[in-house]
Amino acid sequence: MLAKSFKHVGAHLLAILACLTMVMPFYLIVTNSFKTKADASSMSAALPASVHLENFLTVISAGKLGTSFFNSMLYASGSTIIGTLFAAMAAFVLSRNRTRFNRFLYFFIILGIALPANYFTLTKVMQITTLINTRTGMILLYAAGQIPFGVFLMYGFLDTVPRELDEAAIMDGCGPLQLFFQIIVPMLTPVLVTAAVLSFLGAWSNFIMPLYYLNNTANWPMTLSVYNFFGQYQANWNLVSADILLTVLPVILVYFLAQRYILTGITAGAIKG
Amino acid sequence: MKHGNRYPFYFVLGALILYLVFAIIPGITGIFYSFTDWSGYTDKINFVGLDNFKTIFSASENYLLFIKNTFIFTIITIILKTALGLALALILTEGVKRFAYFYRMMIYLPVVLPALAVALIFRSILNPATGFLNSTLRAIGLGVLAQKWLVNPHIALYSVIGVDTWQGVGYIMVILIAGLTSIPREYYEAAEVDGASFWPKLFWITLPMMMPAMIIVTVLNLLYALKVFDIVYALTNGGPGYVTDVIYTAVFQAFSQGQWGLGTAFSSLLFVFMSVVGYFVIRLMDRGQTRD
Repeated sequence: MLAKSFKHVGAHLLAILACLTMVMPFYLIVTNSFKTKADASSMSAALPASVHLENFLTVISAGKLGTSFFNSMLYASGSTIIGTLFAAMAAFVLSRNRTRFNRFLYFFIILGIALPANYFTLTKVMQITTLINTRTGMILLYAAGQIPFGVFLMYGFLDTVPRELDEAAIMDGCGPLQLFFQIIVPMLTPVLVTAAVLSFLGAWSNFIMPLYYLNNTANWPMTLSVYNFFGQYQANWNLVSADILLTVLPVILVYFLAQRYILTGITAGAIKG
Repeated sequence: MKHGNRYPFYFVLGALILYLVFAIIPGITGIFYSFTDWSGYTDKINFVGLDNFKTIFSASENYLLFIKNTFIFTIITIILKTALGLALALILTEGVKRFAYFYRMMIYLPVVLPALAVALIFRSILNPATGFLNSTLRAIGLGVLAQKWLVNPHIALYSVIGVDTWQGVGYIMVILIAGLTSIPREYYEAAEVDGASFWPKLFWITLPMMMPAMIIVTVLNLLYALKVFDIVYALTNGGPGYVTDVIYTAVFQAFSQGQWGLGTAFSSLLFVFMSVVGYFVIRLMDRGQTRD
């Protein structure tokens, strides 16, 4: 009995240690973002001697974070809406109508989960479509990027949505669009939320696409501007911390609001696969 | 009514067109450009045969080192993330009951952060003189373990691997937890009746039953690691020298320097390699699905 409770305490201690290891870096940027430049220079875990909220104002104006925040929000939400919708529609038809060709298409699309990007020929595509250096270009790039995984996630889930629903809807005179939007989409809600949240987080965090395809600072998202800000203000860890904090706060917020959909949703897809 | 009318093909078109235009067409045309001297500076393109590949595989260039670094990064992150992920998953399923979900939520947190932000934070934490890691080591009397984490060429790559593992282990843990909870309890009960303790149960029940989940996490880690860019670029940008350069940091280098033919050839090698890997993974999954 003693050995058992000893094991129990040990497990909790290990779990707490793991949590602290994961949260510590985040704590460091929070506490240092309120310090003076001198106090933040060593990025210590100490609480700020005095609270300097003006760090955030400095960062927002010097780093032009207003535009970047708007851009990130636009890219992440725009691509999430387009990508999730297209992926859901494709998954629906591919899953319901399993001809040999559709089965091939499904595998062809989810092969995209593995495929690496070729940024050189992609540049060419972006130039030909005149999407390079544009906000629309970013939205479409991110939307395209999430299609394979989105289709994969929803294709599996659609098996759990009974086909009898389709039959009944068709009998009632629904067309394909009505059937999809009024009957199927509500049934897909949990997996749609999972796909949408993952897509939003992924697009918000993406750094490589804007690095390659946006040279106009007015279109930069948060990731690119925080990197640029870091380049200029490396010595001011209080400001860099504040900038990082503003960059990660939205994803942390979305994560805590939607953690159930992520922590259970990704596993549903993975284990089923 | 025929299925085609009920499930019209135009539903697939949006996804298919985006996928073709932004992933497949660049991937395939990239293979053709690999045999040219395509440059970022002129529009003239000449066929040069295998020259780009000869450069990549030549011993006097650094590309083999970048491939080697990528493989080291890949293999070690797969081992570390799987081992630590499994240990954490076991702690959170077998070890603790209360707060298990809370712990899981906290350990997963770094996964959602932008890798770029993580890299910047760790540039401070790993600072040799003032960084949090070395300060903590010195404070608890382990000063001998303090290192020049990102500066010492012998350990820089492993520091990058450590940071990446820190960020990604939660994802692997969550998938392995799902795998663990799907193992029927009766197996363990039967083993306990026979007097099996922790280690025999781990080796004879848990690990064999976890094979599907293990394969999935290995594949996910592999796909991520071969394409890794953000964390390396922002932590070390390939330095010191070239010791932490991986395929995609070298690709970005080629892009910035206008060596587009060479860069395309390098990207295409990975494209072909990963198409093959992807094909086998899908075959594996397909068999799994038909079996149900």
